[in-house]
Amino acid sequence: MSVTDIKTERVAGWNRPPVIEPDGEGELLEVAMGPHHPSTHGVFRMDLALDGERVVRLKPVFGYLHRNHEKLGEGQSYLASMPYTDRLDYICSLTNNWAYALAVEKLVGQEVPERAEYIRVILAELTRVQNHASSIGFLIQEMGASGTPLMYAFKEREKILDLFESLTGSRMMCNYMRFGGCRVDVSAPWLDATRKVVAGLPVFVDEFEALLSSNEILMARCQGVGILRPELAINAGVSGPMLRASGVNYDVRKVDHYGIYDRFQFRVPLGDHGDIYDRYMVRILEMRESIKILEQALKDLPAGPIMDPKAKLRGFRPKPGEAYGRIEAPKGELGFYLISDGGPNPYRYRVRTPSLINLTILEDMCLGHNVADVVLIFGSVDIVLGEVDR
Amino acid sequence: MKSVEEIKTAIEAAIPGAGVEFVSNPSPSAQHSLRLAPESAIAVATFLRDDAELAFDFLSNVTGVDWPDKEVAEKVKVTRTVTKSVDGPEGPVEQQVEETVEETHKRVEPGCLEVVYHLYSVAKKHGTLVLRMRTVNRSDQTELPSLTGVWRSAEFQEREVFDLYGVVFSGHPDLRRLLMWDGFKDHPMRKDYVEPDDFEYEPTPHDEVLKRAQERKSEGLGTRD
Repeated sequence: MSVTDIKTERVAGWNRPPVIEPDGEGELLEVAMGPHHPSTHGVFRMDLALDGERVVRLKPVFGYLHRNHEKLGEGQSYLASMPYTDRLDYICSLTNNWAYALAVEKLVGQEVPERAEYIRVILAELTRVQNHASSIGFLIQEMGASGTPLMYAFKEREKILDLFESLTGSRMMCNYMRFGGCRVDVSAPWLDATRKVVAGLPVFVDEFEALLSSNEILMARCQGVGILRPELAINAGVSGPMLRASGVNYDVRKVDHYGIYDRFQFRVPLGDHGDIYDRYMVRILEMRESIKILEQALKDLPAGPIMDPKAKLRGFRPKPGEAYGRIEAPKGELGFYLISDGGPNPYRYRVRTPSLINLTILEDMCLGHNVADVVLIFGSVDIVLGEVDR
Repeated sequence: MKSVEEIKTAIEAAIPGAGVEFVSNPSPSAQHSLRLAPESAIAVATFLRDDAELAFDFLSNVTGVDWPDKEVAEKVKVTRTVTKSVDGPEGPVEQQVEETVEETHKRVEPGCLEVVYHLYSVAKKHGTLVLRMRTVNRSDQTELPSLTGVWRSAEFQEREVFDLYGVVFSGHPDLRRLLMWDGFKDHPMRKDYVEPDDFEYEPTPHDEVLKRAQERKSEGLGTRD
């Protein structure tokens, strides 16, 4: 039964989830999906009420991975939080590093040398490619194609993680950016290896798309399922590929021009229907745009220092004030809000994570669909529980 | 985008008596903010969202800040009249002299809980506008109006602020704890939060079972021997 068949639907306000009344035959079945369910990508629970196969109520339950990251940030110096940001979204640690460094640089008015900006762009776009590839892989796995598409994605992700490891010393917990630059410089052999990997990426995306985009099962399961209206998406603070799949042209890279993103030619792919298939397609197209940015950045990479010589490393105490810095992380808008009282530790350290806020409209998208579709809709949001619960 | 002062003027023109206050930010980021009066907050928020020129339709971030009671020592200059002996032409003479003395006064500045909102516009592609609201105090009057009706993205984030700071959002459709469990008592992000002795304690149905078993044992029931 599709959403349009629901006749007994009362609208509780244009930006509230619809109230669906059961058809009155039989009892409602309450199901706790999770916290240990293969489709929840970690420890997350959805309390569902089912009328037959149809979802009539869905309440997400958070907090299984809560370690009060923000309190930890208040108890230690600014730099000491940098390795902790790796643990937020552990698939894309480098973009987390960048968002935090950007917020602190705004707070103290710190400049970043050009070479460091280029390195940041290269690493962030590599992160985006591997995140989108693996999130599509997971989505297809939840559709029942157990393993094979995911392994195609992981094959490519592995090459990118090897690059991260040889540059930063760690595959996932990179801890690479610093306030005013980066930790180590890239070497010529590393750049050659990166160029080789980037040259292979379009082949990978073509192959991925040839296998998946017109796949009959994928189209049948994804098209017209989990539709998100653009006006609701904006109102609910949804960001990243989710927002753009609903047809809203909003990319922080294009709007804020943080770093040096105004120097690159790239387009913002948009969806038309806002269903799961559009989210899949937007991610595929974003990978292609990221490859374009990577090619330009690797061509133009200038020589120079990777750390601002005027950057203060010891006794780092920002003047009293506050700053909010945000970037376009692979999952959406990732922001850090910092208040300084002049001391060595931040007075307030807040992380605005895309994963948590993109789940606000999970109920709206799932109501009226079958349980099997809930798994797919949830997968198409692309969350990491380390970032949801913090 | 209009500057924050211009936005303040626009709000005051549209909503008379809105009680909006400009808060300056001395940091190089220069993200100045507006402090709203809780009574008119929903009207101001709706105006900011629906005004054609401002169009702040995207609420990015909602967060709490705890400002505990602060003891401030300030030096006050006090002028007093003191009787002093002054050398006159005919020996020392008692005279009334005005004297300025510095005294240190201690007073307690009452603390509050603050909620900060970061707004952007998707339609006009501008931002940031920072809004803030303050509760009366930190103990019993911690109520603020919920902006979830205006921007849906506040729904989970206001639940988080309620959970970690204890701000009660009136008008929120589903105000429950977000991250801590329902039986939890305190608000962990407050500055004066004291960690419990046993971190792992969490009420579970198992506790009930154990308690019932204990009662039955004391009544001499249910024992096998």
